[in-house]
Amino acid sequence: MLDKPKLDPEFSSIWTLWKNGQIDLTGSLRSPGHQDPASVKSVEKYRPRRDRSAFSHYVQKSNHLYNILATVLCVFFACLMLMTVANLPLYGDPNAPTVNEVAERYVEKGTEETGAVNTVAGMILDYRAFDTLGESFVLFTSVCAVTILMNLSSKRQHVKHTKESINYADDMIVRGVCRFLVPLIMVFGIYILLNGHLSPGGGFSGGAVLGAGLIIYAMVWGEEQASRIISARLIKTVVLCSLGFYCVAKSYSFFTGANHLHSIISPGTPGRILSAGLILPLNVAVGFVVCCTMYSFYMFFRRGKL
Amino acid sequence: MTALLTYCTNLFNNYEEVVAVILFSIGFCILLFSRNLIKKVVGLDIMDTGVFLLLASRGYIEGRSVPIIVDGVTSMENYINPIPAGLVLTGIVVSVSVSALMLSLTVRIYRTYRTLDVDALYMMMSVSKGGKR
Amino acid sequence: MMTAFRIILLTALVICAVATAIVKKPMQAIIIYMAYSVIMSVIWILLESPDLAITEAAVGAGVTGILFFLTLHRINLIDKDAAHDQKQNEEQPSEKEKEETHAG
Repeated sequence: MLDKPKLDPEFSSIWTLWKNGQIDLTGSLRSPGHQDPASVKSVEKYRPRRDRSAFSHYVQKSNHLYNILATVLCVFFACLMLMTVANLPLYGDPNAPTVNEVAERYVEKGTEETGAVNTVAGMILDYRAFDTLGESFVLFTSVCAVTILMNLSSKRQHVKHTKESINYADDMIVRGVCRFLVPLIMVFGIYILLNGHLSPGGGFSGGAVLGAGLIIYAMVWGEEQASRIISARLIKTVVLCSLGFYCVAKSYSFFTGANHLHSIISPGTPGRILSAGLILPLNVAVGFVVCCTMYSFYMFFRRGKL
Repeated sequence: MTALLTYCTNLFNNYEEVVAVILFSIGFCILLFSRNLIKKVVGLDIMDTGVFLLLASRGYIEGRSVPIIVDGVTSMENYINPIPAGLVLTGIVVSVSVSALMLSLTVRIYRTYRTLDVDALYMMMSVSKGGKR
Repeated sequence: MMTAFRIILLTALVICAVATAIVKKPMQAIIIYMAYSVIMSVIWILLESPDLAITEAAVGAGVTGILFFLTLHRINLIDKDAAHDQKQNEEQPSEKEKEETHAG
């Protein structure tokens, strides 16, 4: 005759529950559509499964360890980087290894080969144009991601309270200053954009300034007014045309350059506004992409759609 | 001892890079120690600027000017290194798109959990794991 | 002279970064970050890269700050909506109960 195995109290209580049929192992396997109404109600109602105070105690304890480890990590990284800086060549040293033949080539032959007076523009839009194309696509991708995350079309939220926000166009000072300032900012942005190969600036700076001007316009005269003038369709068209034009133009340039074919694009006379071959149109394309990116960020954060 | 002295003088001469490293560390500290998600994004932006400052100060050469060719003088003796400027120019614009993406994620998290505090978020996530899908 | 100016600006940069770390409210941190970006754009000019100065002034101080502010505004709106919904939920069951009592 075997002895009845001695059960510990917790297990025995589970055993009694099991015997009485109160444990349902298939519950987690059921799809949520087949749940009976009572269980749906219990799921929807928020019920913490753990004790709040015990949990916060646990979090505090783990935070202690986390703080120590994070401090050690910060100090370690800072010391590592300071050691690296101490071993770098001197600040402003003309004989540093970073000033090598690549930089020399860009400065000395850049104007001759690309036609751009601004060496930085000549570098990022001619020698390294593929890199800049990637950057433009990064911007485009981030706009797509923000569109997915901030889209409110399926939700009815924020409809009630948007009317409560202040209408800045009613304010005389704001309206008067902006009526004067917004065209000025836009003209300055266009100037930076078109003079990218001659003076400091270019696609990224000019596009950012233009986007800031559009944001001020949308902020003061209201989002509805702005979206009526600059519609979602317009933004989509401009961005896609800019990216497509960039791809096509640079493909042509690479194709002719790599195969030593005759190219119809000539560097022109350095210093003229219509010179530097493809750099001016590419600047405009990049500027449009950056401008539309900034503006659509603002619109998505402000009202959830373009 | 002399090695330490050389280290210190080097650090003193490279003050711009030292500031860049300090900025990077401060941004990293904000990212690690701050409880608020929005402040974490600010910390990430500060880290970005630290990296850009390091790159741009590597390209700077004492006594030379902007790499814009003036009067046909195309000698390297007159201009600074244009490569870091080109790298940083694209980096600044990309950093704003990164922070916009993170902020939209923050808004999304707030809409679901109604909190920005990391500890509270962790607690609610582990609590509601059993309940909601 | 230029070196002194540069060192003053770098010190201000570090002070701004530390202040961003210290302050409690996100709003204050954002405003200090915008000041930090403006100082940064002056430093770009001292480093002989005006391209970066224009971009940083437009993007760092302008667009990033606006995006942060809009995020805070969004979060406020979500809070308001939640309060509104709660009020409606509190009101609606009472009406239902009334109907039930009438029906009964």
